Amino acid sequence: MIRPGLRPGDWLVLAAGILLTAWLTLTLWQRGAARDVVIRAGGQPYRTVSLRHDQLIAVPGPLGITEIEIAHGRARIRRDPSPRQYCVKQGWLEHAGQIAICLPNATSIELTAPDAPYDSLSF
Amino acid sequence: MTASASDRLVLAADASDHRVARLAALAIVLALVDAGIPSPLPGVKPGLANIVTLIALSWYGWRVALAVSLLRIFGAGLLLGSLFTPGFFLSLAGGLASLAGLALVSTWPQRWFGPVSASLVAAFCHIAGQLALARWLLIPSNGILYFVPIFALTALVSGLANGLIAQKLMEAPDASD
Repeated sequence: MIRPGLRPGDWLVLAAGILLTAWLTLTLWQRGAARDVVIRAGGQPYRTVSLRHDQLIAVPGPLGITEIEIAHGRARIRRDPSPRQYCVKQGWLEHAGQIAICLPNATSIELTAPDAPYDSLSF
Repeated sequence: MTASASDRLVLAADASDHRVARLAALAIVLALVDAGIPSPLPGVKPGLANIVTLIALSWYGWRVALAVSLLRIFGAGLLLGSLFTPGFFLSLAGGLASLAGLALVSTWPQRWFGPVSASLVAAFCHIAGQLALARWLLIPSNGILYFVPIFALTALVSGLANGLIAQKLMEAPDASD
């Protein structure tokens, strides 16, 4: 049997959690429109292509080909040999900073903007 | 005298071992329930097994909580078939980070900070540990930061909910065995 109810410190910790979440949302989601998509394979940059040019790109990985589709200023993983298909299910990416990673096939796409407000963050 | 193969080695499990085993079994079941809940994004889960860790910490202290938590991570990994996969190491990193958070909270005065504080701190430490591992080893890109607010909101909601559930369970007059 312990003391019932929330204690004063609990409210404090809850308030700190709400503030932290709000701050993270405001800082990390203030991003401009995406212009390019950076494609990585095996951790190395594979190609950087503009979102304004609709195309299909095949990227080789250890499991096979990851197919990337760019259309109407958006990009998505169209097909991938990864067993759980997380990156495919993510669907279209349209904002700078958004990323889809096919971990098993070691491929990823990341949307970038020319005027990114910062180029690195650490915490 | 030297030991021979005919000597029988008896490992006697005492009451404390039984307690750890019972709690770990409960935590593994909750971890399986957790894994079965559909989630829009890997990592967005309620973390129900942490309720057991919170109760273990409050009733039996730090060593039992650590044992229960590690047994749960390895046991659930084994049962889910994810042992030693990236997902398993993410869960291990999160688990160790949240235990560190719980160790910190347990030094705060009990009069002011209850299970809800412990749960919230542990939840935020959990995502911090997972994200640190993911950022530095699995996905070396800042793009992962885009998902941080979603994880933070998950930690806030699930940390609060699990803390309240743990508190309610411990408030029951016949709770402790």
